[in-house]
Amino acid sequence: MTTAISVKNLGKQYRIGAAETKFRYNMLRDVIVDTVYAPVRLAKALVGKLERRANQNFVWALDDVSFDLEEGKVLGIVGRNGAGKSTLLKILSRITDPTRGTVSVRGRVGSLLEVGTGFHPELTGRENIYMNGAILGMKRAEIDRKFDEIVDFSEVATFIDTPVKRYSSGMYLRLAFAVAAHLEPEILVVDEVLAVGDAEFQRKCLGKMGDVAQQGRTVLFVSHNMSAILRLTQEAIVLNKGKLVMRAPTQQAVDFYLSSGQAQAGERAWDADDVPAASAPFTPIRLTVKDGRGKVVDTIRSTEPVTLEFEYRLDAPVTGLRIGIYVSTMRGEYVLTSFDTDDADHFEKYAVRNTGYYISRATLPADIFNEGRYSVGVNASSFGVRRYFMDENALAFNVDISGAPGTQWPEPRVGPIRPRLEWKIEKIGE
Amino acid sequence: MSQITKTTHEPTTIYIKPSHGLAALNLRDLWVYRELVFFMVWRDVKVKYKQTILGMAWAVIQPVMNMLIFTFVFDRVAKLATDGIPYEIFSFTALLPWGLFVTALNQGSRSLVAHNNMVTKIYFPRIILPMSSVFAGLVDFAIALVILVGLMFYFHVTPAWNLLWTLPFFVLLAIITALGVALWLSAINVKYRDVNQALPFLTQFWFFATPVAYSFSNLPENFQLLLSFNPMTGVVNGFRWALLGAGNGPDAALWVSVAISVLILVTGLYYFRSTERTFADTI
Repeated sequence: MTTAISVKNLGKQYRIGAAETKFRYNMLRDVIVDTVYAPVRLAKALVGKLERRANQNFVWALDDVSFDLEEGKVLGIVGRNGAGKSTLLKILSRITDPTRGTVSVRGRVGSLLEVGTGFHPELTGRENIYMNGAILGMKRAEIDRKFDEIVDFSEVATFIDTPVKRYSSGMYLRLAFAVAAHLEPEILVVDEVLAVGDAEFQRKCLGKMGDVAQQGRTVLFVSHNMSAILRLTQEAIVLNKGKLVMRAPTQQAVDFYLSSGQAQAGERAWDADDVPAASAPFTPIRLTVKDGRGKVVDTIRSTEPVTLEFEYRLDAPVTGLRIGIYVSTMRGEYVLTSFDTDDADHFEKYAVRNTGYYISRATLPADIFNEGRYSVGVNASSFGVRRYFMDENALAFNVDISGAPGTQWPEPRVGPIRPRLEWKIEKIGE
Repeated sequence: MSQITKTTHEPTTIYIKPSHGLAALNLRDLWVYRELVFFMVWRDVKVKYKQTILGMAWAVIQPVMNMLIFTFVFDRVAKLATDGIPYEIFSFTALLPWGLFVTALNQGSRSLVAHNNMVTKIYFPRIILPMSSVFAGLVDFAIALVILVGLMFYFHVTPAWNLLWTLPFFVLLAIITALGVALWLSAINVKYRDVNQALPFLTQFWFFATPVAYSFSNLPENFQLLLSFNPMTGVVNGFRWALLGAGNGPDAALWVSVAISVLILVTGLYYFRSTERTFADTI
């Protein structure tokens, strides 16, 4: 077998912390101060890196990653947000350069990092197919040849001469994916595109990716959707904080990932080096999922209330701080968003939070979630002023539905929520 | 385009590694992506006049309106000398290449930031963005050229036959200058958006430093010398010479213009290329 991708000691360093002081034009005072210092800043920028180096933090988004992939293999890549998955894909698709290390890639790399890039709302579906195809590196003749197939796949044939700004978001997406899916690259890079689109379309996309693999092409597949990873790949690598920590058959890799505390079982704690410098004065400490008896759990029962506790520290008083939680499905659909100062009384009482340690605790009532795995995100911000911290995927929990409404029928129910509704049945006639 | 690319051909191996310093211009990739340049130009032209009532007519209206305003201000009011040429056609011959240059410069300099979603999501030679923005201006230029022909008939101006090869040369000079400056500014704009703010001022300054509204030959000699360092002076003088027979024709000053614009282009290419690898991270 020939090697399609060979990655050696790959590293990518990002500079962080330089940007955070830049866009803080919220107060007139800032604007004035900023204007006065403009000539100084210009001089500094021209003189060079002297001063900038000092207050910059560097972070290795990828650190010494090496692996080879044979032609025709499908490799899954799993890891938490910020583990380096996207950076790896960006380097492989030549969007950004590595800081060190080398990659050799045999053949054309097709990237589905973002479908529909280069789509112009004013152009028709037909025109956008050509445009987008050219951006993805297809020749005109190649697009001509595949045009009908692309239109068929996208199911927008009747609107092909309508500007895409009149399309529904679903149509837009189908068309965009159809072009990308027909690129026929030797190596296909797929990142989380399946989080969008309806279930039917997702099935179609997964099918197409399966075909690609069948044709002996090499596929790299990144997803938070473990079932998709399990279905589509035989082998996977696990990334954690930029390092490759495991390469194994997919089942084994997913098990490792889910149990290694990366996917966090009921609790997520932040180390000092997990927290970006930009979030000061806010420091997250711990997020936990607790059941009705206050026990930290990975799996909750849908029939019991569940408590989400977020512990954090403030190193300086913060005005108007609000802690938000987001619950979403593993497919990335949001189920709910809530803030600790949603209540007007709370909002007034905690107008300013002083320096110190805090816990914001939310109790979600029983009978909300359907069966499945959910992801909890947290966020700390002052509305309209600044976002201090955000982790969209802080931890995940499972929901067990035994005893939930309708469980007498052993069939899965669609939809992320499974509330206990009050039904009345009335007889209104003979 | 007649060549059929077989999907079964032997794939080429690409090596990705950190690039340092004098990275060679990736001309091979530019060749592979040549059709994208065409598509980008085609898209820019197509989209530019969408949802306008007057459509392509705007390509004519803009220079004609400019000409009328200039004629009123600089001819009827200020009574500038124009070497005996009717002011309408005197200004229009200069407005043509100037319009081409300004559109190219402005669109080109903003091109990377305007297409930041492409830059951060997909690989292609980045130079295609400023390049196609610059070329897109040629379409408007061609349309306005038709008006010029009409004006020349109206004012009974017969150009010399050598314009068939001199005019394209001056168009090329305008394009090279615009592309060179656009490469510099678009690459700087990725990191410092100050470029967006500075562009209108730069455009205005450059306009007055180019003999569009006034005649080069009526300037004091030391001003003439100063202005010859502006490549657009060479372009505008060249247009007037080729079309109207005004001025001395190509002289040493023109070669200074050519040398300067080539210098801007070469340094621009180098600067663009050396910052290109961080575009996706800093944009």
